[in-house]
Amino acid sequence: MPAFPKKLLWVLLALAFLVPLLHPLFPDVVSDYRLFLVSTMIIAAIAVLGLNLLTGFNGQISLGHGAFYAVGAYTAAVLMDHLNMPYWATLPCAAVVCFIVGYLFGLPALKLEGHYLALATFALALAVPQILKYKWLEGLTGGVQGIVLNKPEVPFGLPLSEDQWLYYYCLVTMVILYWAAANMLNSRSGRAMMAIRDQPLAADTMGIDTSLYKTVTFGISAAYTGIAGALSASAIAFVAPDSFNIFLSIKFLIGLVVGGVGSLAGSVIGGIFYVLVDNSAQALSMFVKNDLGLQFDLSAYTVFGILLIVLMYLMPMGIVGGVYLLMRRLRSLRG
Amino acid sequence: MKTKRRTFVAGASAAAILSSSRAAFAQKKYDDGASDTEIKVGNTNPYSGPASAYGVIGKTIEAYWKTVNEAGGINGRKVKFLTMDDGYVPSKTVEVVRQLVEQDKVLCMFQTLGTPTNTAIHKYLNQKKVPQLFVATGASKWGKPKEFPWTMGFQPDYHTEAVIYAKHVLANVKDAKIGVLMQNDDYGKDYYEGFREGLGKDVGRIVKHASYETTDPTVESQVIQLKDAGANVFFNIAIPKFAAQAMRKAADIGWKPVQYLNNVSSSVASTMKPAGFDNVQGVVTAQYLMDPTDKQWDNNADMKMWKAWMTKSNAQANLTDASNVFAYAVTFLMHETLKKCGDNLTRENVMRQAANFQKFRVPLLLPGITVSTSPTDFYPIQAVQLSRFKGESWELFGDVMHAEST
Amino acid sequence: MEQFLQQIASGLANGAIYACVALALVMIYVSTDHINFAQGEMAMFSTYISWQLMTWGLSFWFAFILAVVFSFVLGVIIERAILRPLHNAPVLSIVVVFIGLLAICNSVAGAIWSYLIKEFPSPFPKSSFGIAGVIGPHQLGVVMVTLIVLGLLFVFFRYTPLGLAMRAAAQNPQMARLVGVRVDWMLALGWGLAAAVGAVAGIMVAHIVYLDPNMMGGILLYAFASALVGGISNPGGAVVGGFIVGVLENMVAYAGNQIEKATGIYIIGNGEKLTVALIIVITVLTVKPAGLFGRVVVKRV
Repeated sequence: MPAFPKKLLWVLLALAFLVPLLHPLFPDVVSDYRLFLVSTMIIAAIAVLGLNLLTGFNGQISLGHGAFYAVGAYTAAVLMDHLNMPYWATLPCAAVVCFIVGYLFGLPALKLEGHYLALATFALALAVPQILKYKWLEGLTGGVQGIVLNKPEVPFGLPLSEDQWLYYYCLVTMVILYWAAANMLNSRSGRAMMAIRDQPLAADTMGIDTSLYKTVTFGISAAYTGIAGALSASAIAFVAPDSFNIFLSIKFLIGLVVGGVGSLAGSVIGGIFYVLVDNSAQALSMFVKNDLGLQFDLSAYTVFGILLIVLMYLMPMGIVGGVYLLMRRLRSLRG
Repeated sequence: MKTKRRTFVAGASAAAILSSSRAAFAQKKYDDGASDTEIKVGNTNPYSGPASAYGVIGKTIEAYWKTVNEAGGINGRKVKFLTMDDGYVPSKTVEVVRQLVEQDKVLCMFQTLGTPTNTAIHKYLNQKKVPQLFVATGASKWGKPKEFPWTMGFQPDYHTEAVIYAKHVLANVKDAKIGVLMQNDDYGKDYYEGFREGLGKDVGRIVKHASYETTDPTVESQVIQLKDAGANVFFNIAIPKFAAQAMRKAADIGWKPVQYLNNVSSSVASTMKPAGFDNVQGVVTAQYLMDPTDKQWDNNADMKMWKAWMTKSNAQANLTDASNVFAYAVTFLMHETLKKCGDNLTRENVMRQAANFQKFRVPLLLPGITVSTSPTDFYPIQAVQLSRFKGESWELFGDVMHAEST
Repeated sequence: MEQFLQQIASGLANGAIYACVALALVMIYVSTDHINFAQGEMAMFSTYISWQLMTWGLSFWFAFILAVVFSFVLGVIIERAILRPLHNAPVLSIVVVFIGLLAICNSVAGAIWSYLIKEFPSPFPKSSFGIAGVIGPHQLGVVMVTLIVLGLLFVFFRYTPLGLAMRAAAQNPQMARLVGVRVDWMLALGWGLAAAVGAVAGIMVAHIVYLDPNMMGGILLYAFASALVGGISNPGGAVVGGFIVGVLENMVAYAGNQIEKATGIYIIGNGEKLTVALIIVITVLTVKPAGLFGRVVVKRV
């Protein structure tokens, strides 16, 4: 996969930081709700980024990253609710907890490959909501009722709304995590990770400690997704087992594939795109029902399914792969 | 004490009516979502995902508003009903409700469905001062006007209903040994806790409590456990699919307890018939709505009107599905609330009108059951009547039980 | 003791359901190398077809056969129309297509037939067989049908030229093409067969769990686990795996019960039975990574 042009990245970043400041000029366009929506996209992007580190760069499939997301969210919620910890301090805690959980899960996962790993992770995603409801943990997790939280308050008397602050909070977190991931992948360890994905046996014979790399990658990947979960706990201000059903994990997988497997920029695009596809499916189905007046009841879920298949048709390698291919074709036409 | 409260309520509400009608004459007043031509009402429903069986409620509500609009709307204004799919996922509910409130600018939310989903938006809507009216969940936490003055429930709460079953068990079953099947979530817990509270010091009579997850394919294993524990009373806290499975399995393995079934699954079409009529004779439940398959209502004016409306205006819906009765009744109440608002369509007035019903008769409620609310009473329906399954329908018995004193 | 027997019997009955769906998963895997996440929803859709035919007045078995044939055709069409153009796409992209299919099947079934649960008849006469109080006639019937389907598949793959060609196409497409097997049609055929087996599973399951668009949601995971326990490429293994998972799950709940009865302390119960069963399954898989009956593929450098 091609690297993202650096200049473009800086421009985008500067734009992302400036946009909320345009609120006084265009109050309806840069509304609190839109910023909140973008925050959820950023959160999804971080979660997908975590999954990409594992699946895209290390070749281990996971159908259960929703589990780590849930663990992160609950870690944050429990710390805020029981220990009155400030919301920003929960991020590193969630990262550590999820790293440990991910690392431990990575150990048996060493023995499993392909479909078997898919099953094991799938099972994890299914088991976590049930564990959250476990009788002896109820005091901590709030059981089936979940935990109601407060939204992050704007610090230092900054002249921002809650949603604007949340947006910056998420954005800065993502930038740091993205930068860290890019550096890691560019290092010796990153190359080892990818070598294990591409040529496991060769990597082994070259003296790379594949077991160590695989388990640690599992841990880091889980930590990324866990941080996303902790952010979501703050953003939604509520955690409950029902938020973390199996479809959440599937959602991350869709984001990963739609964006681009094995591309950091792809993860971000995937996270954004997933939220967009989901919302545009609703809008499209409403449009068909209300404006076209079709008799057949086209539900948002149907539209969503069709969109997915069409996307894979047009860009089987994800958006980043598709764009790359397009650019290459254009260039060869010109050349 | 009770009379005192009633008179106070009557006095207060009379004042409210006076003031509101004066306001109506004085000038038109609007909040977001209301105008001379339109009233925007928001809603979320699980049209996809595990709870999609409830999606019909949203569709029937939509059909109802369509009928209202075709007849000229409410005080000359058309109702724009914006309903969105949240898949029964709380985080998604927050997202779509924020869209409805901030982007589409609805006047109020109505009939948002599900306990965890409503919990997720509870605080938000109250902070924004947007009415969260007649929510589609029977949890007991929706009627707290002091802490949450913008949220109101509709149906009798699960807690109270379970208390009634518990009292009935104690009064009618000698030497009761109770087995409970419970869905392991918010709704199941609410019933279970109400039931335990109703048993009071006899709580030890529960000999076995078996839970299930909605992802379980069957509850057969649980039913076997209940039978094995020697239970002679079976309290069935399950949604239709699992309630039906459980009752059929009980009959299959020759377990014949006295059975209590939660109202959630009292629909003949979606629970009793699939369970097999032979297997469900004598089951007791509590009801507050008429069941569309119940022959005793065939000549009832409400039921006739509803059936005529269903065939004319909601043709693709299922006539035997009790959810459609529920949807009609609750939308009728919302319709009435908005009508009462007159030209004063502020969020505050919507809440004031919603909290101002005295023994109001909503069609399709059982005879003797009415809607009463007040600024201190945010539980619109608080009466149920027990009924027993006989032949192919429910047979009401005993008096209408009011839980207003609790 | 009575409970023990009943729990085993109920576990076997559930196991038969998992086994049936697992067989369909194995079918797709053997012929195309994919795990079809939409298998459950496709089976559900076929079951609705047979239900519809029955409400139009057809007899159970006639509707059954028509639905199975219909599913076969549908499976072939889906492979030709949707998956064929994507045969060069990465595995994960195919998985996303399966998820898209799942969403479409589920919501379209809901739109056509509504989400209200429907009772589904059982073809097995009520009093003639089954052991009273332990296993019902339908449950026993499902076990038998599953075994019959397994037998038919075995014969088909082992003794018919077409079955042989399908196996060849899956295992070594280049060589198969050289000896004149039309590989791409074999893939479509595999999809058709899997869809047909899925339809049988759906029709057998529907009587037990009732017919609704979400009826396969929970079952698919169990089927997935069953197929893997048995060894994903082995139909017989999948069936045994199904029974193992079904019984194991009930035994976990049973054991938790007995512990609670004996000591008064709640450790595991119904809420945790799936989790514990899955932990056991995965532990087994880490020891025997190819499943209990799968062939170990030796890696070559």
